[in-house]
Amino acid sequence: MAVDTELKIELGKQGVFVTTIEELYNWGRRSSVWPMQFGLACCAIEMIATTMARYDLARFGAEVFRPSPRQADLMIISGTVTKKMAPQVVRLYNQMAEPKYVIAMGACAISGGPFKQGYNVLKGIDRYIPVDVHIPGCPPRPEALIQAFMTLQKKIDAQSLTGADRPRHLDAEAQGEFPVPEPGEHDLEPPSNPGVWTVPVVIR
Amino acid sequence: MKTVEEIKAAIEEAVPGAGVTLVTNPSPSAQHALLLAPERALEVAAFLRDSRELAFDFLSNVTGVDWLDKEIAEKVKVTRQVTKTVDGVEQTLDETVEETRKRVEPGYLEAVYHLYSVALRHGPLVIRMRTANRTDRVELPSVTPVWRGAEFQEREVFDLYGIVFTGHPDLRRILMWDGFKDYPMRRDYVDPDDYEYEPTAHDAVLARAKAHLESHPALTDSPVARTGEGNAPGREGAGAGA
Repeated sequence: MAVDTELKIELGKQGVFVTTIEELYNWGRRSSVWPMQFGLACCAIEMIATTMARYDLARFGAEVFRPSPRQADLMIISGTVTKKMAPQVVRLYNQMAEPKYVIAMGACAISGGPFKQGYNVLKGIDRYIPVDVHIPGCPPRPEALIQAFMTLQKKIDAQSLTGADRPRHLDAEAQGEFPVPEPGEHDLEPPSNPGVWTVPVVIR
Repeated sequence: MKTVEEIKAAIEEAVPGAGVTLVTNPSPSAQHALLLAPERALEVAAFLRDSRELAFDFLSNVTGVDWLDKEIAEKVKVTRQVTKTVDGVEQTLDETVEETRKRVEPGYLEAVYHLYSVALRHGPLVIRMRTANRTDRVELPSVTPVWRGAEFQEREVFDLYGIVFTGHPDLRRILMWDGFKDYPMRRDYVDPDDYEYEPTAHDAVLARAKAHLESHPALTDSPVARTGEGNAPGREGAGAGA
């Protein structure tokens, strides 16, 4: 049940603060998204730059990079995901507590990038885990990561706590664990998780 | 530094029957290499490191090369006897004919080492070793006992080319996972057929993408597969994507 905006402003003028549980809950969640301290390649350097004084990701409530997946809310896939690393990335994602979010940072994380045709590089981490925000770039500038972070905050803010489109951590039926691919004789088995990723349409 | 020819002579003097061959490089760099016979390679390596005049104490780089089987066509002049009727008389004549003969030169795997001397500040010296073939006789002696720095690089060559270094202290794959069966840097390696989604395909990638679609007709027919419905479970809506 949303509060009428005009009424809310009017009440605010009188010194009365009105909100909903949903708003309060989402405000709390979006203002304290803690990323996991985890970098894969050169994009990680830009991610580190984003947290430093000049760009200061702490302004968005994400100052604490947690070294353990158990304490993290956000996984920033910052760099090339090799096929050898992909099972570990999925395992780390499974070890994170709900609610959890993923930002795929840079060309490699979203598609394989310049290494797409390589035998050893995964063609995008979205083949195994659901990605909330993709940011292109090679590597993306810190501003782009901040933009992705703000997009994620908007997404969290807009989530309703009930109904069919409620977030996964409030849905008892929702699948919370994602199968970890096995290193096979020639490739990862399976090469993608069909529950997460299907072949996109190519419009020519 | 001594020239490659002088080094070759020095090796042959120190290690009799070393079986060193000079492999010339016709390019402007003229960086000629010494091809070592695998049987005596360790002795030669120890000599190169310990010799006072050479003192190659630093192994900077180890790499592999895959040489495929080569089919060589060459023209050979053949003389044979032909019976001909000349002016109504049958005669046996010698005739010279040019014939094209094809022979297959078997391929091999090659390990290339670049040596420097930090003490005497010279280098590089390029040495090479070749396996007997590309399939079952792919052993070469490891030079890790002579230059410790070869350990990881020889593991990499083993991982990507499949050269088995005998005498290596810890020969395991280093880049690919243990259960991996292929050798990705070999010329005849075929990478996994995961060309289902190539938004900007061209040239070789376009050919692979087309071949993939032909072998997986379900991808083109099924509307679900083509529109990507039911993508992420429980994460749709709510302003996904920037």
